[in-house]
Amino acid sequence: MSGEIAAAFAKAKARGEGALVAYAMAGDPDLPRSVDVFAAMVEGGADILEIGVAFSDPIADGPVIQEASERALKAGASLKRVLNEVVPEVRKRCPETPLVVMTYINVVMAMGEEKYAKLAREKGISGTILPDLPPEESSGIRATFDAAGLDLIPLCAPTTPPARAEAIARDARGFVYCVSVAGVTGMRSELPVDLSSRLELVRKASPVPITAGFGISTAEQARTIGAHADGVVVGSALVRAAHADGPAAARQLCAEIKRGLKR
Amino acid sequence: MSIETSATIGRFGPFGGRYVPETLVPALLELEEAYTAARADPAFGKQVAQVLKEFVGRETPLTPAHRLTAAWGGAQVWLKREDLAHTGAHKINNTIGQVLLALRMGKKRIIAETGAGQHGVATATACALFGLPCEVYMGALDVERQALNVFRMRALGATVRPVELGSKTLKDAMNEAMRTWVSQVQDTHYVIGSAAGPHPYPTIVRDFQAIIGQEVRKQSQALFGQLPDAIIACVGGGSNAIGVLHPFVGDKQVRLVGVEAGGHGLHTKQHGASLTLGTEGVLHGSRSLVLQDEHGQIQEAHSISAGLDYPGVGPELAFLVKTGRMEIRTATDDEALQAFYEVSRSEGILPALETSHAFARGAELARELGKGKHLVINCSGRGDKDVATIAARGIPAAITGNKS
Ligand SMILES: Cc1ncc(COP(=O)(O)O)c(C=O)c1O
Repeated sequence: MSGEIAAAFAKAKARGEGALVAYAMAGDPDLPRSVDVFAAMVEGGADILEIGVAFSDPIADGPVIQEASERALKAGASLKRVLNEVVPEVRKRCPETPLVVMTYINVVMAMGEEKYAKLAREKGISGTILPDLPPEESSGIRATFDAAGLDLIPLCAPTTPPARAEAIARDARGFVYCVSVAGVTGMRSELPVDLSSRLELVRKASPVPITAGFGISTAEQARTIGAHADGVVVGSALVRAAHADGPAAARQLCAEIKRGLKR
Repeated sequence: MSIETSATIGRFGPFGGRYVPETLVPALLELEEAYTAARADPAFGKQVAQVLKEFVGRETPLTPAHRLTAAWGGAQVWLKREDLAHTGAHKINNTIGQVLLALRMGKKRIIAETGAGQHGVATATACALFGLPCEVYMGALDVERQALNVFRMRALGATVRPVELGSKTLKDAMNEAMRTWVSQVQDTHYVIGSAAGPHPYPTIVRDFQAIIGQEVRKQSQALFGQLPDAIIACVGGGSNAIGVLHPFVGDKQVRLVGVEAGGHGLHTKQHGASLTLGTEGVLHGSRSLVLQDEHGQIQEAHSISAGLDYPGVGPELAFLVKTGRMEIRTATDDEALQAFYEVSRSEGILPALETSHAFARGAELARELGKGKHLVINCSGRGDKDVATIAARGIPAAITGNKS
């Protein structure tokens, strides 16, 4: 276990806040400017940064992140360049913030699971989210990551039956990422009504903090969900803000969502 | 509760598996369970067989190709006539089976992806037959290339959704269908059109397509008193290939041959030869051989035939090729076109451009086998859907000769 992730959640909690896990796409619109977006999100109050590494065929993502992936790939944002060029810069500007990589299994496989785990850890990455790697397929890679001290952060979905959700939670590293809606990433005007009870179930089973994500874009939604989770993940809304109006817009949205997470 | 590990599930050697968002896993488990039960239920088998007979027109013939046999000067050539199945290709074998399975599961609507439009038409047809609403995702480029099939789907009552992302072809249509499925998984069945995708799809599609090979077994015994010496099929995602080849995997004396899209040539990067030049990776939920760069980004495939224009391939074929049980060759766009005309003119059959790739390697295979041997070519579909594409290139003078 990396330890950094747990510390960040604990710090937020001590301040009486839910944690904000803020996502942006590395390399969107280009490598250096995406560093500015990450740094701005931390200035806005992000507690953990989720660094998206683009994949050509992102089946778990909605249009906003798909388009960001296309821009990042055009800018040459391979996993290798993200780890060697983006992550060290983010590390320098935000030394206190845990960094988590979010990408697809094929990207990690192409580099080699062991090589990735070692390099990522070396560069200061604390955890990794692979949305197309369900538990059935992840035991091998998780052992590799465990050995390197890199957390493989699991996902739980609205369609996951209770017993399975509990099993996923019990075995979790870093935090549990509860997908709030049955669907791809993207903003939603309404979140499902049974979300709070699902979150409570996972929270009870999990030895690590739990977050909810997918569809969250406002302080109000963050407040509602923040009551049943240790934090929220915000992705598409930040990607869209940064793409439309630059780093300052992402900073402002982070600050707004943080206000919603005050207890 | 413990969660099973990948070692035991849906694997063909290192290939296969279920690499999908967690949201879909329960649906895939449900599908696996429903399929296992259906497969063990004789009533379901009977129902599928009856629809295949009464509606699809099975069994399809195994036709001797006398003039090709003479022209190629080697093995006796036989054509397995999937082009004579209703809707004009093998795709209907799978969609009938899957839509009946979806009905058994109580699903209310069907989605599908399509490249050439052949699988889309077959799915729309099965949905029309059984009264289910149907939505087909199709790359915008393919919507343009396959106007006839787009019309057929719409006429059959399906909604065609053009996909404007990425290369605007089959792989993007499949991405979009999966994304849609993630958000509608409770009441929707996704009919995957090839023996690809996450477990249990490669198994389900293979089982429904294996009717092709099972018939070939029976027919070859009846027509020439032995199993074929070789069977050849084109490979896009691999469903017609695994369908005709699978029943012969245990018969070591039968050579199994797949032909992939060579596109503009293997050296050009513009091809669809994932079994020939692909590397291990994960695309659309399964681990197989895929066309990708060193960073794990999927490459765009190219083929004159929309149905072979796919950078991945079914995991079972990858396994058969890796273990040496199956041979793999390629045919370029030009070779496929040439074969299209050769077969049309010498057998009175316009083969699909996909199928033309298999024919393009037929002559050399017939000669390698030699006289007295039997070669079966899987005629996966008919070429009517492709005539606009082919006509647009003009009939080459070398083929027309002095005829007009
Ligand atoms: C006639 C025909 N043959 C072959 C294919 C290739 O698919 P598969 O490899 O799954 O048989 C297609 C796909 O659309 C097709 O329409």
